[in-house]
Amino acid sequence: MAAHGCNYSALLLIICSVSVFIVADSQDTTLSGGHHAAAVEDNPQAATEAAGKTSEQPAVEERSWEATEVEEATLHEAAGDKQDTPAPETEAPSPVPQPKDDFQEELVIRPLHSGDIYASFQFRTLWETDFMSGNKVSHYRLFPKSLGQVISKFSVRELHISFTQGYWRTMQWGQPFQPAPPGAELWVWFQDSVTDVDGTWKELTNVLSGIFCASLNFIDSTNTVQPSASFKPLGIGNVTDHRFLRYATLPREIVCTENLTPWKKLLPCGSKAGLTVLLKSEKLFHSSFHSQAVHIRPVCQDWQCKTTSWELRQTLNVVFDLHTSGQGKREWSLFKMFSRTLTEACPLASSSKIYIDITDDPQGELFELSPATPLLSQAMVLGDRRTFSVYDLMQPVTFGTVRSLNPLIRWKSSEGDMLRPLLHAERYVAGYGLQTGEIHTLMYNNHPYRSFPVLLLDTVPWYLRLYIHTLTVTSKGKDNKPSYIHYQPSKDRLRPHLLEMLVQLPPNSVTEVTVQFERALLKWTEYTPDPNHGFYVGSSVISSLVPSIVAMDTNITMDRPLFSSFFPCKEESSFFVRVYTEPLLVNLPTPDFSMPYNVICLTCTVVAVGYGSLYNLLTRSFQIEEPSPGLAKRLANIIRRMRGVPPL
Amino acid sequence: MAAPLTLLLIVAVTIRAALYRSSLADLISERVEVVSPLTAWKRVVEGLALLDLGVSPYSGDVFHETPLIIYLFHFLVDYAEITFMLADVITAVALYLTVKEYNKQVFRKQKYALEADRYPLDCLELIRSPKEMFYIPLKVAMFYLLNPFTILSCVAKSTCGLNNAVLSLFILATVKGNVLLSAIFLSLATYQSIYPLTLCASALLYLMQRQYIPVNFRRASFWWFIVQYAFMYLGSLFVIVCLSFFLLGSWDFLPSVYGFILSVPDLTPNIGLFWYFFAEMFEHFRLFFLCVFQINVFFYTIPLSIKLKEHPVFLIFMQLAVISIFKSYPTVGDIALYMAFLPMWSHLHRFLRNIFLVCCVLLTCSALFPVLWHLWIYAGSANSNFYYAITLLFNVAQILLVSDYFYAFLRREHHLCYGLYLKRKDGYEATLVLK
Repeated sequence: MAAHGCNYSALLLIICSVSVFIVADSQDTTLSGGHHAAAVEDNPQAATEAAGKTSEQPAVEERSWEATEVEEATLHEAAGDKQDTPAPETEAPSPVPQPKDDFQEELVIRPLHSGDIYASFQFRTLWETDFMSGNKVSHYRLFPKSLGQVISKFSVRELHISFTQGYWRTMQWGQPFQPAPPGAELWVWFQDSVTDVDGTWKELTNVLSGIFCASLNFIDSTNTVQPSASFKPLGIGNVTDHRFLRYATLPREIVCTENLTPWKKLLPCGSKAGLTVLLKSEKLFHSSFHSQAVHIRPVCQDWQCKTTSWELRQTLNVVFDLHTSGQGKREWSLFKMFSRTLTEACPLASSSKIYIDITDDPQGELFELSPATPLLSQAMVLGDRRTFSVYDLMQPVTFGTVRSLNPLIRWKSSEGDMLRPLLHAERYVAGYGLQTGEIHTLMYNNHPYRSFPVLLLDTVPWYLRLYIHTLTVTSKGKDNKPSYIHYQPSKDRLRPHLLEMLVQLPPNSVTEVTVQFERALLKWTEYTPDPNHGFYVGSSVISSLVPSIVAMDTNITMDRPLFSSFFPCKEESSFFVRVYTEPLLVNLPTPDFSMPYNVICLTCTVVAVGYGSLYNLLTRSFQIEEPSPGLAKRLANIIRRMRGVPPL
Repeated sequence: MAAPLTLLLIVAVTIRAALYRSSLADLISERVEVVSPLTAWKRVVEGLALLDLGVSPYSGDVFHETPLIIYLFHFLVDYAEITFMLADVITAVALYLTVKEYNKQVFRKQKYALEADRYPLDCLELIRSPKEMFYIPLKVAMFYLLNPFTILSCVAKSTCGLNNAVLSLFILATVKGNVLLSAIFLSLATYQSIYPLTLCASALLYLMQRQYIPVNFRRASFWWFIVQYAFMYLGSLFVIVCLSFFLLGSWDFLPSVYGFILSVPDLTPNIGLFWYFFAEMFEHFRLFFLCVFQINVFFYTIPLSIKLKEHPVFLIFMQLAVISIFKSYPTVGDIALYMAFLPMWSHLHRFLRNIFLVCCVLLTCSALFPVLWHLWIYAGSANSNFYYAITLLFNVAQILLVSDYFYAFLRREHHLCYGLYLKRKDGYEATLVLK
């Protein structure tokens, strides 16, 4: 969807500091060349950098700007170098012969306004190969063999899997780079050559369950859906027939070290060198939020898209709590977070960088970063222009004299105000008792003057029977009729409810979606071992193209060239966001689990009473009761019968 | 007689209309005793909503009504309350006419028997007089219309009321001797909820008795009549099912309606025996017990028909009772239908053994249902066993009630044959026992 094409910040590089050679990172060629020009224009101070060229230039300023591609939900990198206005020479991006495979690693650290700190790792392996053609791929270098075999065996076109512990608090932390719902989430696009999609999906989940040591084998038809609009392929290819899409979540999945270890093993450097040495589970899981993911998709190798390659993107996002790990002091360093420092990049990586988000603090008033880095980078992330300090681990000088890198952020003051996220959602269950209930989903549009449509996807297990006629969508007290509803009712013990709708969120409003449900009584063997804990209902997924924050900027007085500020949407006017709500925990009525024998006996007794009394009346007839003979007479008769004499 | 009936109808309609306007209506329509997954009005509305969305109502597991019902309410959804009140009125009037006709026949038969001196002399007090029979039709209508069970069922808009209307029309047509209408209404009732299939036997017995066809397997006329009736019954069933197919364009409704009734996948608590039993059942025995429980409903048809072949109307009553006790999703509306017949057997009261106890148990259980439900579902201070215990007791009471009436009926017949005051051989007063 929109996710594709969002980001390229094409930037200019101003080169500065004396001794630094900037190897403008040799770009993966961007997909869309069209954005170059647009992006270029708005950088007023221009310097030039030709691709792949090292240039030494006299320092103009203290900091250097570097062309960066910045990760985002969309994940398309833009390569960075641009030809530029003042520069006399204009060069087209020159295609440098790419190696067959390529590995990059990076870490983004963003101080959050709540005082927590957000660290996001990304590892990307690109491999120009074709798993789908007849010949078997047997030589693996950087790409993990286990995943390569999965792709070719199950004809996977795109695979996205995430394991998350904790809930991302959008209102305090802003939007994450890679959103993920609590628990496990898996969605897969299959090649259209697959005939038995359900069978393949079942096998695939079992295999992935083994690879990631997770309970993905609990994914079956009762929690799998085929969303019609919410999940579009992120890679190349335009087959969007949702018969080949499967989506499932396991909100109850608990993520821990046993999931991290196999995830790390997929990396070329394992946990031996590079950024991965920071991934120590005793620290990672001592955090407020932990999310690890694997995304596999086909991407274009060059911007004409003549050849495609497979991209494996492994991401790990973690939010460290201010109070538990910082002891309440607002001071962060790599060592404090991960109890490790960095000494080298992964030798197999073609790029290895640390980005620290300093947007909120351009002048260094709010916090102080040490060691100071001369490299700066700007990127559009989630509709906002962010500035990052960059540490390039490929440069030996980064590690300084102590041969180790330990960036440290020390706050000077604790103020600072976060811009509220434009789109935000929450969900809860209303009602009391165990018979019925109502799911409320609240979607907030915090944009001051623009409305935008969102796609809401709800997957509700079959044992909460939704009544779609009770669905109401209201915003600002008025009925807000969804323009598109795709509803698939559940089948008992077979498939869940799927509700997808397209709702227009008016500006600066809360839209409330409510739907009533009825709680089913299950068979006693269908309950979880702790039935009174409740049953989880997976997060709602809200996908939307949100107007970007930069475009929202109405502050005309800001210091900016006049030629750039007449038309309001000069940058990309909207960006793709996916928001996950909380999962729900719903109680169901329970039978008494200690009673199966008793119940079987008692009910059968009642049936037998019915049967018996009717049988009695049906088979017997009325007779006059004759007085029974006395005991002596009866005994005499028995003896007489034994003797063969007629009784008395 | 028309005036009291009209008055009764007006009273009944007023009560219902008042309840529809009150806040109780919502509460009642959620009660599990009153609505089952098969008959809930909420699910009918859901089915209509699904149709509006362009989704087949049978693609999910919420809607289990037959296609005719959904098309009926497609047009009548705005007049639902009137429809349900009308259904109750139709049922009551049909029962009224049925009983009136039946009484005439009973009286005629009794007259012939008296003229033929078939009754023993001391049985005169068992003979029914026209005076005491005069108010029975009205009582039956009253028992149906003013029964709290019927009122609850109507206020909850349970489609059980419609099924009852169809069943009572079937009984009326049968008692009036209209073979074709009887077959058509029976097939409609079967189409709505399989179980009335068992009423086939009683209808056949009654119609044959009326047409003086002896029940004799060697007689061609007997078989010819059965073939005729079966043809009409199956033919109209076929027409109705095909009509549903053409209305809907698919056969989805068969598993969703009849599969649902027979395989009991929905374990929502109700007043029946199935829900808790199958919630607690071991999975590998499930199919076995399912078969046993379902066969149990149909099983009594043949022995009862043999035993009661002279009394098909009592047979209808017995079978309605058996169905409403042992069916998979019973509601109080089903019970109301067979309870309406009780005034018809008021002459059996002297032979009933434990009617007082049974009535007390039924009343107590009816009061305890909502109490224990509240304790389990809302207060959380009781568990499912409490509610289950009450359903057990309620069903035992129903079984005792029915078997008591059956006993009394058989005993009266016995006395009509052998005299009321029987003596033992030694001259003392005899006690009758079943042997």
